[in-house]
Amino acid sequence: MKKRAVSVLLVAIFVASIFTFAGCSSSGSSDDVIKIGFIGPTTGDAAIYGSSAKDGAMLAVEEINAAGGVNGKQVELIAYDSKADQTEAINAYNRLRDQDGVVAVIGGTLSGETLAMKDIMVQDKMPVLTPTATAVDVTVNAPNIFRVCFLDSYQGAAAANFSADTLGAKTAALLIGAGNPYSEGVAAAYQTAFTAKGGTIVGSESYGLQDNDFSAQLTKIKELNPEIVFVPDYVQKVGPILQKAKDMGITAKFIGADGWDGVQVDYADAAQGNYFTNHYAADSPSATVQNFITAYNAKYSKVPNSFSALGYDAAYVMTDAIKAAGSTESTAIITALAATDYPGVTGNLKFDANGDPKDKEVTIIKIDGGQLKFETTVVN
Amino acid sequence: MDKNKRRTYIINAIAIIALYLAFFILIQTKTMNKYLIGIAILTCIMIIMAMSLNIVAGFLGEMALGHAGFMAIGAYSSASFSIALFKTGVGLPDLVVLILAMIVGGTVAGIFGILIGTPTLRLRGDYLGIVTIGFSEIIRIFFVNFQPTGGAAGLTGITRLVNFNNAYWITIVIAILIFTFGRSKHGRAIISIREDEIASESAGVPTTRFKVLAFSLAAFFGGMGGALYAHYLAFLEPSKFNFMFSIEMFVIVVLGGLGSLTGSIISAIVLTVLPEMLRGFAQYRLLVYSLVLIIMMIFRPQGIFGRTEFSLTGAIDLLILRKNTKNSVDGGEA
Amino acid sequence: MKQLLSINRNFSLNFILYLKTGDIEEDGLFYIHFIIIEGGDNVNLFLQQVINGLNIGSIYALIAIGYTMVYGIIKLINFAHGEIMMFGAYFAFIAATSFQMPVWAILLLVMTIMAIVGVAIEFVAYRPLRNAPRLSALITAIGVSLFLQNLALIIFKPEPKIMPKLFPEMNFNIGGIDISSTTLITIGLSLVFMVLLDLYIRKTKQGRAMRAVSEDKDAAILMGVNVNRTVSLTFALGSALGALGGILYSVAYIQIYPTMGVMPGLKAFIAAVLGGIGIVPGAMLGGFIIGMVETLTKAYLSTTWADAIVFAILIIVLLFKPTGILGKNTREKV
Repeated sequence: MKKRAVSVLLVAIFVASIFTFAGCSSSGSSDDVIKIGFIGPTTGDAAIYGSSAKDGAMLAVEEINAAGGVNGKQVELIAYDSKADQTEAINAYNRLRDQDGVVAVIGGTLSGETLAMKDIMVQDKMPVLTPTATAVDVTVNAPNIFRVCFLDSYQGAAAANFSADTLGAKTAALLIGAGNPYSEGVAAAYQTAFTAKGGTIVGSESYGLQDNDFSAQLTKIKELNPEIVFVPDYVQKVGPILQKAKDMGITAKFIGADGWDGVQVDYADAAQGNYFTNHYAADSPSATVQNFITAYNAKYSKVPNSFSALGYDAAYVMTDAIKAAGSTESTAIITALAATDYPGVTGNLKFDANGDPKDKEVTIIKIDGGQLKFETTVVN
Repeated sequence: MDKNKRRTYIINAIAIIALYLAFFILIQTKTMNKYLIGIAILTCIMIIMAMSLNIVAGFLGEMALGHAGFMAIGAYSSASFSIALFKTGVGLPDLVVLILAMIVGGTVAGIFGILIGTPTLRLRGDYLGIVTIGFSEIIRIFFVNFQPTGGAAGLTGITRLVNFNNAYWITIVIAILIFTFGRSKHGRAIISIREDEIASESAGVPTTRFKVLAFSLAAFFGGMGGALYAHYLAFLEPSKFNFMFSIEMFVIVVLGGLGSLTGSIISAIVLTVLPEMLRGFAQYRLLVYSLVLIIMMIFRPQGIFGRTEFSLTGAIDLLILRKNTKNSVDGGEA
Repeated sequence: MKQLLSINRNFSLNFILYLKTGDIEEDGLFYIHFIIIEGGDNVNLFLQQVINGLNIGSIYALIAIGYTMVYGIIKLINFAHGEIMMFGAYFAFIAATSFQMPVWAILLLVMTIMAIVGVAIEFVAYRPLRNAPRLSALITAIGVSLFLQNLALIIFKPEPKIMPKLFPEMNFNIGGIDISSTTLITIGLSLVFMVLLDLYIRKTKQGRAMRAVSEDKDAAILMGVNVNRTVSLTFALGSALGALGGILYSVAYIQIYPTMGVMPGLKAFIAAVLGGIGIVPGAMLGGFIIGMVETLTKAYLSTTWADAIVFAILIIVLLFKPTGILGKNTREKV
């Protein structure tokens, strides 16, 4: 008898929750606030990326509001956690659009979740600016989706050009994170560009997403004795790889991609003398960069990484577009976005027909004495 | 037909239609926006996954911890099918394509269910659990490396064929199918294996054959759930179908009651809707899940509904007519 | 005893490893011979990979022992064992960085703490289910595992912690093969503790009690063995070794994060099954084999499929010889 009561109660709760839920949808952006959504992983294994991008965007919004807001209204950044899960990302996006009534979205942070949301975003004609999703497909056939970061292919090619031209290397080995589309994409581009410059890829090793033991792969690479080892992945994997390589006495130069940003914090010794491609240099004399770093440090008591900078720029570009459009109407914002010409922390931002940044400079960073030092820039 | 049974069918049919109309009205009047509709669709998919898993975990009583693998097989094969079908330019209505894709997804998953089940169902309990995890991981690793379906970057270009209408009715149909199966001769045979395998074998039940049947049927419906998932999300990434996802589905079934289909339905609803409502507490969600799991196992291991089913007719009888009836899939005592 | 014969680069290479182990059931001796005859740099590369394999293999062995002891005594797969390893690493990290304790103190302290934690887990979550169906206990184990993972996530945050180098860094080159001091210490410490445990089980009264309970619990009770205390002791020893495995793992692979115990835990379990679940020397053997298979697969076959191959081994072992390499065949009596 008790069981029946419990079950009836449960069903009642469910039906009731649907109604309460339905009731709590807010109408579109209220008259005095402009709502912008943010989607990225702030919990789970990929939390560092979503959190950094969100922190950068939040900082930007604070500054913008302090300077008077956009078109006379304050900006509100509503951030939802995607948990790096496609379903969660879609739910988050739907919620932002329906419950919160955002006029634009900064997100997703990872390529996978952005691709998952792409269709609906295109259908909705929602103005979308992704700070960090680097997969090629994200902006293809999507006139309303733009991105701040350069593509995996662009970055890989830049790294290869640096290896071949500046470092004069003839042989390189790849160490790829299998199952990580970012790592695979950048490595593939590096291989194409490096061979096009006359170099030889002497070997290509990979490791799994869960792997922590790189001794087998590094032993093989050591045997091949390349001048360069290209390891495009995030700090979580790259740090231990560099450490292990150093322990094993591998003398090749290690080169990486923007996922390396932050490696100097815990792995300064292991990363000494190596290079990676990035969006900006912390020791750049540019006032924009220095102001950003100071402000970020002041607010969060830590050093920003490339994700933070991209999130920061994304927020500014989006709000600038809304300002230029003079309204929160989606077509107007999209047109304004397409015409962006913004000097950001991560370089001068202009978009090409696809929505990808045009002719962006790739900064090469050298890790020296635990610091990130500007080495040179490459334009493909 | 027995008068009671007819009454039961009519009451259930009315309830199902009434519920649908309720949703229909909510959607038409825009009280339920796309966000809520999305959640409702996902709930339907999780209900299918939970019910299908219950065939193995509940009716058969075996630890199947690799259900995400079958969902993945169903999702990817149905998506590949529909993409290919649309490319040939044959103009079929969306619903037909969806159903065909689901059948394809379910069948391929079911075949793998037979392939995997036949050798492994000789194992018992804990070992079977670990082996199913192993197979599910192998399937996931396969899709990570299989370039024709996009590999790690994922499969795009799937047409979104699922909306609330077809999701709801497909879920109802599958629920009816599984219910009926449970009460059929085959279903009872499978349950008898759970109760006492040796006795059941002695009574002439070909246990291996029925175990594989249960396993592959669970895979079949799980594959259908995967097909629905693929055509709702319109994007597939192999990392979604990992061990954690299998565990989440297993938790839903356990909490609802191993062997109770209505338990699975209600548990799936609660465990899909609740996290969405409690977004602020997302950090603690898994912590609370696991705690609830432990406490459940210690104090009420049979789950909320145990092996019995929630019967609408029974509830009406009880609350309105004050009669006492018990209902369960195996027709016996609770 | 371990004997390594001299290595001569120019001629054939003899590599003979004696491993003296004891079976829980009887005082027998078991020898393993490895003989490789080849020449040149390929051998060096191969041996280098073998050392890599032994490194991770010894850690798997330490963790596998915990699984196998618990399974032997209460027939439960302690899914939470991987989390014991993880917490061991975290506590060692805290001891090393916040308190700057010397290495030996860290090992002693952390192993003791985790032994207590293991006993506590058994008391709270598993003992109430001692007589419940295996499925319930298994589900509870999964619950405990999830709970501990998420607890660590909330307490320590997801960003990985960096384990400082606890052992003095030195590189040796023996006959053309590079071995770091960390590797030597890992393999050495593992072997020492494994031998100690083996002696304990074979020579002491408590050890005999453990063997008795795993053989036949009821008879053991009749013989005056305190089952509860024996089970607690088993958990204590298994957890201590698991914690050691966690510390050595984090020193070798640097990063500590809440989900670090999942994969090694799963692989260590596979190792325990491979060697013969319930048999301590089996776990040691299985650990080394899995470590070698994993490394050599990465080195010579394919890194992306290495995990899948390890799972495949599990499946094959369970299908063809479920009692494992050192296991004895038992028939189920009606």
